[in-house]
Amino acid sequence: MTKPLLIAENISKYYDGRVACEKVNFELWPGEVLAIVGESGSGKTTLLKCLSMQIAPNAGRALYSLRDGRTESLSDLSEAERRFLMRTDWGFVHQDPREGLRMGVSAGANVGERLMAVGERHYGRIRSTALDWLNRVEIAGDRIDESPRNYSGGMRQRLQIARNLVTAPRLVFMDEPTGGLDVSVQARLLDLLRGLVRTLGLSVVIVTHDLAVARLLSTRILVMQQGKVIETGLTDQVLEDPQAPYTQLLVSSVLQV
Amino acid sequence: MRTILKIRNLAKQFRLHLQGGVRIPVFDDLHLELAEGEALAVTGPSGKGKSSLLKIIYGTYKAGQGEILVRHDDSWVDLARAEPRQVLEARRRTIGYVTQFLRVIPRVPTLDIVSEPLLERGIAPELARERAALLLERLNIPERLWSLSPMTFSGGEQQRVNIARGFAAHYPILLLDEPTASLDQENKARVLKMIDEARDQGSAIIGIFHDASDRRAVCTREFDLSRAA
Repeated sequence: MTKPLLIAENISKYYDGRVACEKVNFELWPGEVLAIVGESGSGKTTLLKCLSMQIAPNAGRALYSLRDGRTESLSDLSEAERRFLMRTDWGFVHQDPREGLRMGVSAGANVGERLMAVGERHYGRIRSTALDWLNRVEIAGDRIDESPRNYSGGMRQRLQIARNLVTAPRLVFMDEPTGGLDVSVQARLLDLLRGLVRTLGLSVVIVTHDLAVARLLSTRILVMQQGKVIETGLTDQVLEDPQAPYTQLLVSSVLQV
Repeated sequence: MRTILKIRNLAKQFRLHLQGGVRIPVFDDLHLELAEGEALAVTGPSGKGKSSLLKIIYGTYKAGQGEILVRHDDSWVDLARAEPRQVLEARRRTIGYVTQFLRVIPRVPTLDIVSEPLLERGIAPELARERAALLLERLNIPERLWSLSPMTFSGGEQQRVNIARGFAAHYPILLLDEPTASLDQENKARVLKMIDEARDQGSAIIGIFHDASDRRAVCTREFDLSRAA
């Protein structure tokens, strides 16, 4: 495909007159992984929510290239189209897996539910696809009938990823996906995500304050400060030759082990 | 042989905002051309910007001014002004870069690290692994280490894994930052031979070699940065 999958045009969001994010512009091309970095309160998560239709921006718009080839403003989509994006064509990986999972049902049902939303009704096929996905995110198959309540934080996060990817989405939003995890668990999850992003050719917008996560997963970086994008570029270029004073501060503040 | 890289009027300075905005000049008005099959040794004293030049060509450092024209799929792309995805595309198929140190990704086995550039070109995993295994064997990395992450390897072993990765796929332009630095004589000879072979296949090489005899062994031309800019 030779056009952007997602286009942000002057997206602005204000809370009580205070800037959360302002005039954000970028294009996300198929297969790109864009990391939005910046400190807490810089507007990263607000921007992610505007892009993924969880909140409406006060100004500007996001355009998305639908599967039939049309590029439409998200605010102009029909209810059916919105539902298709939310349930099938998009994934959303929350920092806290409890927000993205249904804690009251089994792991298998968590994965199967997204499949049923796209019309799959055959129980055997749903179960075998769910098993396959648990396997791909390194969860033992004999734990399929357990509730995610019994799972560790890392396992829950991997289950959330399986639940999102089972419908073969083209675009996945991630909000600090490794944020709540131990470092050893983080490394495993990052490696898993890297592999999945490449083999599935996913396009990703990932919010993180962790530059090491951005380095490992993303191809491009967008640096935010006080709601504005102050620098963008290739990931290695932004991290090794940062131009803006604030980016230089961010990069130089990373602790060396 | 066709010209494959043209650098014109390249200027670069670093501005350190956290240190009172001090400006550190690296180059001013640098010109360089490179043809297929050439091997250029970048020389000059420490701190003259040898590694910086490689990083600017690869896009890891931003060019201040000037053009970096690269022949990519038979048309010229100015990497100094290209969009990130165009730079990535050039990196995937046109410009390879063996950095001085391997950037280790936790948990990823050596064999996968070496096969990755091939997988990114859509080569079948079995074929990519075969080719990676061949290179690791050639560079004396024992097979029992292939399934491990190189995180705990010695400096020389990591460097050889890095070289295997850099040579896994064929690149029309290959940037080498001290590829022989931490290697013993035997491994050094093997790496120099690989560089020669890449050149025979038409790759243009730009390399930094600390050792003058290594330089003489593989390079067709020298580019002295202390005189260039």
